[in-house]
Amino acid sequence: MEIIVFYLFAAIAVIAALGVVGLRNPVYAALCLAVVFVSFAGLYVLLSAPFIAVAQVMIYAGAILILFVFVIMLLSPPVDQGEGALKWQKPLALGFVGALAVQLVLVLALAVLPSARGSLTPEVIAQRGDVQVVGAALFSDYLLPFEMTSLLLLVAIVGVIVLAKKR
Amino acid sequence: MTLEPWLITVIEALIKVLVVIVVLLTGFAYLTLVERYVVAKIQSRVGPNRVGAAGGIAWLQPIADAVKMIMKEDFWPAQADKVTYTLAPGIAVATALLAWAVIPLNPAITVFGYTINFYIADVNVALLFLLAVGSLGIYGIVLGGWGSNNKYSMLGALRSTAQMISYEISLGLALVGVLMISGSLSLVKIVEQQSFWWFVFFQPVGFVIYFIAAVAEVNRLPFDLPEAETELVAGYQTEYSSLKFALFYMAEYINMITVSAIASTMFLGGYQGPFGILPGAHWLILKILFFIFVMMWMRGTLPRFRYDQLMRFGWKVLLPLALANIFVTAVVLVLIGK
Repeated sequence: MEIIVFYLFAAIAVIAALGVVGLRNPVYAALCLAVVFVSFAGLYVLLSAPFIAVAQVMIYAGAILILFVFVIMLLSPPVDQGEGALKWQKPLALGFVGALAVQLVLVLALAVLPSARGSLTPEVIAQRGDVQVVGAALFSDYLLPFEMTSLLLLVAIVGVIVLAKKR
Repeated sequence: MTLEPWLITVIEALIKVLVVIVVLLTGFAYLTLVERYVVAKIQSRVGPNRVGAAGGIAWLQPIADAVKMIMKEDFWPAQADKVTYTLAPGIAVATALLAWAVIPLNPAITVFGYTINFYIADVNVALLFLLAVGSLGIYGIVLGGWGSNNKYSMLGALRSTAQMISYEISLGLALVGVLMISGSLSLVKIVEQQSFWWFVFFQPVGFVIYFIAAVAEVNRLPFDLPEAETELVAGYQTEYSSLKFALFYMAEYINMITVSAIASTMFLGGYQGPFGILPGAHWLILKILFFIFVMMWMRGTLPRFRYDQLMRFGWKVLLPLALANIFVTAVVLVLIGK
């Protein structure tokens, strides 16, 4: 049952990701990205991390991507016909794809990725609740990075106001 | 014949989903009728009194409206973007319906040793799920506005995006107060905790902020700037006709029912009766009808905001108030040592 759901979400995510790269119309590409985010949320639920799943939908699909779509619609760029492509773009891309493929095969063949379980096993999460685990970690071990993030956001807000007030 | 346990779970969930959808769609049809009567009374008119009228109520009016909608020509603007234009109403309705997956409707009952829970899913992130689904609802409006390739539609879509993102923040923060008291994100647990004292007694400010923000979220008067007919024709739905228009209309009404249900669940105890009297789905329905009546009442009496007033109200009044509410709640909770 779980494996069926996994392949379902994984397939949707891969197809939508191909759409993000392949579709010429930027609005469609952005929408495909939304589909990718939502299917990732499904995968996170399967990994017993519902909080991350919901945050993914709420923040990426619901807020950030909406702003992307907003900007794309306002600028309404012409549908990409491939005229602006640089000459050396294709060989370079092929080279990178080749390197990535080699890397993927090597990692899978050598099993370099560690498979050790951390202290947060599904049992622990089920016992304490996903949100509690995330919240406790955020406000104890990761308090400094967390506060730094809020400072970063403040800087961004101040920057926006400065830029907007100039005119 | 014995069925696999997971198959029973799936079948049970499917039946529940089907029942919820059928009830919501029927509810939508008759709410349009209720709205016409309420607004007619406010404006000293009679309201519909011809189609299948019995006892002063036109019982068959919604069915006649539906048939009329289906028979209308499905109009396509020549320059419309076919894909997004078609997709938009569907997204609007789907996101409106999705929220019902986590709203508890009735206390659990046991029939022949089999316990039936009256909710589709009890997850510990239900509250965040509601907010996430609500934030996806914007796509329907934005795509509808852009796909129509019409400047009024586009303006309406832009307005509604800015409005919904602004008010979503206050909406979420208003619910945080409840969350701090209940200590759980599961709506089932939140309702169970309100068996005697409803959370509205502890969170009156949060309740008011939530309701105002919710009315703005569903784009109802006095916050219906996305479809302000005096300036934007009909906003994002200008070009829509026939069933696609009906779907947008349906999404608006189902969203009304949904935000009312969330308000009832979070602040008025959901299916719990006042002070523990006779808990059951009838209380939830009564509370939802009450909120919807208030929304119709507001539509009939209040004029529309100007756009800058709307933004100023959202960011400079509701948001600081919601933050102050969280702060006070936190201080009180620490003081009483909870």
